[in-house]
Amino acid sequence: MTTPTAVAIAPTARASRGLWHDALRRLLRNGPALIGLFFITVFVLGALLAPYLSPYDPTIGVLSDHLQGPSLTHLMGTDKQGMDEFSRVLYGARISLTVGVVAVMFGLIGGTIVGALAGGAGGVVDGVLMRVIDVLLAVPGILLAIGLVAWLGHGEIQIMLAVGISYSPMFARLLRGSLLAIRESDYVIAARSMGASPIRILTRHMLPNALTPLIVQATLAAATAIIDVAGLGFLGLGPGDPRIAEWGEMLTDSRSFLQSAPYLIFFPGVVIVLSAVGFNLLGDGLREALDPRLKR
Amino acid sequence: MARFIIRRLLVAIPVLFGLSVILFLFLRLLPGGGPAEAILGQHATPQLVAQISATEGFDKPLYEQYLTYIGRLLHGDMGSSFIDGRQVADTFLIRFPGTLELTMGAMIFAIGLGIPLGRLAARHPNSWIDAVVTVISLFGISIPVFVLGYTLAFVFGVQLHWLPTFGQLDPRLDVDPVTHFAIIDALLAGHWYVIDAVSHLILPSIALGSIPLAVFTRITRASVIDVSNEDYVRTARAKGLTDRRVNDRHIMRNAWLPLTTVIGLETGALLAGAVLTETVFTWNGVGSWVVTSIQNHDFIVVQSLVLIFAVIFMTVNLIVDVGYAFLNPRIRYS
Repeated sequence: MTTPTAVAIAPTARASRGLWHDALRRLLRNGPALIGLFFITVFVLGALLAPYLSPYDPTIGVLSDHLQGPSLTHLMGTDKQGMDEFSRVLYGARISLTVGVVAVMFGLIGGTIVGALAGGAGGVVDGVLMRVIDVLLAVPGILLAIGLVAWLGHGEIQIMLAVGISYSPMFARLLRGSLLAIRESDYVIAARSMGASPIRILTRHMLPNALTPLIVQATLAAATAIIDVAGLGFLGLGPGDPRIAEWGEMLTDSRSFLQSAPYLIFFPGVVIVLSAVGFNLLGDGLREALDPRLKR
Repeated sequence: MARFIIRRLLVAIPVLFGLSVILFLFLRLLPGGGPAEAILGQHATPQLVAQISATEGFDKPLYEQYLTYIGRLLHGDMGSSFIDGRQVADTFLIRFPGTLELTMGAMIFAIGLGIPLGRLAARHPNSWIDAVVTVISLFGISIPVFVLGYTLAFVFGVQLHWLPTFGQLDPRLDVDPVTHFAIIDALLAGHWYVIDAVSHLILPSIALGSIPLAVFTRITRASVIDVSNEDYVRTARAKGLTDRRVNDRHIMRNAWLPLTTVIGLETGALLAGAVLTETVFTWNGVGSWVVTSIQNHDFIVVQSLVLIFAVIFMTVNLIVDVGYAFLNPRIRYS
């Protein structure tokens, strides 16, 4: 601590640039995380290139071709309306991935605002906000999202909002916890004693140091959000337009064909699982990369 | 301990109050004109809307409606279904045993398999056994219960004909619904009917238990590795205690602590997971009731069920916290 200021600043500056650099290097050396990244990339590319890759129009069925098993003409077979399952899986990636990821974004934004207010302000604000969070947390898991969709009605935006709101308490709690932990740390006290405004302390000093667990959690939440969105579709609370291909709804539509056309369950099921596996692997990898102490 | 429990109960009051306000507004602020219109859906005629608004008190001022709602709740009156006219509380008592049976089945599967798997992986960290266990738990959290449910139903029901894929009991069996727990009712009916009840429970339990299985495996593994590195474990080994004794008395005793918390949290989550599992296996429980009620616009039932789920969830969490304090003498809540 007796080091001259000029020398002390230099390593900090390098360390702060190095944190992300090192994390990225560790991530790229992490095999499972790379597999996760690979799955996510494949699905994102599939979703983006769906119009070029899909051999058929996912909304037009040829009734005479209905319920055909996988073949060279229909790679994943056809459904009861004669729509090409492969094309629907590709287009479904657009809905399922976008809705899942945007829902997590909504949850992350809402949770960050609430968590930052609670952890930054403390006192009464913290008390009131945390009680609101407690109320939301009292309704277990997907039930909150189901209730919200029942209330908001069908549609992609409604699903994003519902799943996002059901995830926001988790993010708010997490951020608040991290903020409380660093509130009395040396650099925050130093900034405070230098007369920095509370907003500046929160945004410039505390938030950047509390964001890592949030990033990791958001990646892992993307996996469960994709599953939850598919779950809502499965329960008949999906986008509501039968022409829209959505993985969860595709499963519901195929329920009665478990015996005659199990591939209609198999393919949408596999893509849901693999996209969730992708985000879970990437999330675990990020956690290890950002906090090497956690690695065993 | 008593003071801790009382304080936790007091904290629950504002949460329940807040939830009751939100659920009250959920019904009153339903989109589509008003609560009566939303409940009636396509069948809404001015006469029916007026009739329902009058009987349910939707035409009164909001604060008055809320007071009536809370007053009824405190008397155990959760309203009645618009579909069959039955009291929510009555139907709940009939359907809850099914959900409880399913939740317990899933828990037995998840604990019975997850903890041994976690211990196994912890004994051989970074070995191929560890890798296999890690992959199992990765898929456990990544497979939606409905995908796993249909896969199990296809393999063990449709293809192999080993296990039934829907319902709680073979409808041809003559079983009186005395307790509404399929297994107990089957036992009471005799004739080895209980085997049929248990066979119906297996696939849904595995589907519902997959997520907690993955969570318990991960937590057990991490927790056992953590505790194994403690000084007192080394001391115990140095004293010459047998491996078995160190494992049972020193490692597992302490490794159980984080597990109890997670088991409690997962029990609450299972109740919500039952919504999907019951739909897959046409299980006559509370979860499938939530789904049909939403599909039928039976919003009073939805409102009451969310509240009941929340109360159960909070109760389970309280039990977990109290149990934790019992198990861990180092933590004494004051």
